[in-house]
Amino acid sequence: MLAALTVLLVYQLIGEVLVQLLGLPVPGPVVGMLLLFVTLLLRGTAPEWLRTTSNALLGHLSLLFVPAGVGVMQHFQRLGAEWLPITVALVASTIITIGVTALVMRALQR
Amino acid sequence: MSAPSSSFSEIWVYLSASPLLGLTVTLLAYQAAYWVYVKANMNPLANPVALSVAMLVGLLWFTDTPYATYFEGAQFVHFLLGPATVALAVPLYANLAALKRNLVPLGGALVAGSAAAVLSAVGIGWALGASRETLLSLAPKSVTTPIAMGIAEKLGGLPSLTAVLVVTTGIVGAVLARGTLNLLRVRDHAVRGFALGVAAHGIGTARAFQVSETMGAFAGLGMGLNGMATAFLFPVLVTLWAG
Repeated sequence: MLAALTVLLVYQLIGEVLVQLLGLPVPGPVVGMLLLFVTLLLRGTAPEWLRTTSNALLGHLSLLFVPAGVGVMQHFQRLGAEWLPITVALVASTIITIGVTALVMRALQR
Repeated sequence: MSAPSSSFSEIWVYLSASPLLGLTVTLLAYQAAYWVYVKANMNPLANPVALSVAMLVGLLWFTDTPYATYFEGAQFVHFLLGPATVALAVPLYANLAALKRNLVPLGGALVAGSAAAVLSAVGIGWALGASRETLLSLAPKSVTTPIAMGIAEKLGGLPSLTAVLVVTTGIVGAVLARGTLNLLRVRDHAVRGFALGVAAHGIGTARAFQVSETMGAFAGLGMGLNGMATAFLFPVLVTLWAG
């Protein structure tokens, strides 16, 4: 577990450094993910210890969004004033996005 | 030594100033919420993120604790979003064969879904009279939190509002995906997962992993690709629009 966590942090760190050095518009962890993916491609296999820890971390991915979600309490005023456009836009746009993505992917699979 | 009558408030003063409390209540609330979610047969309506957030907001409101104080502890959980994003490479690699088979459908669906997410959110919000700051905070709502906050900041939105809208979008997507996809008769777990990842980022991905590993891997792929697509394309779009 410790080795896997270290690998994940090292890749994140490399990602962050590359983003700063090259002025990339994407966040460091995304670059880190790409680099780890390329590494696994080159190695031709994902080690068991990395898979175990990654799956454990991703199994409770939703926990990691809780602190940002609690931030809702800072925005009650704005949300109260604009609840209708925000709610309708969020719900309708999410349904539209799921539908468009799924239908285009299925259409292109044939 | 102080009298026992004052010791509780002293302990409270001590604890409320240390990160221990924020971290512990986050884990407790999440586990309670997850227990409810499992008891409800993982019904998407009992979304564990929504339940934990509701419990914690109630607790902070009741104890009159500012968000910044809570976040001093909760930031350790928040920090793990980074390594978790990197870890998405692992299930992605495990589904390499399916990924290669679906290269064209994935590319097409990514462009269509990414554009649909931004345009429909901003269009509907604008039509219903949302303010400019709200619209800019709403635009990257389908993208995973760290990327979305960065985009909103660059555009002149409110990053902390974006974080809330992103989390809400994730919950809405996790709740509504099953019904929407069943209505459209989409059965393939790769397609279902990818749509959920593009529309509802990490929370959709978390939900997808609870259904199947294939669905989770494609959701993670959708989330990562949509994050990159939006992060690269968005500044270009806005420059074209403004210039």
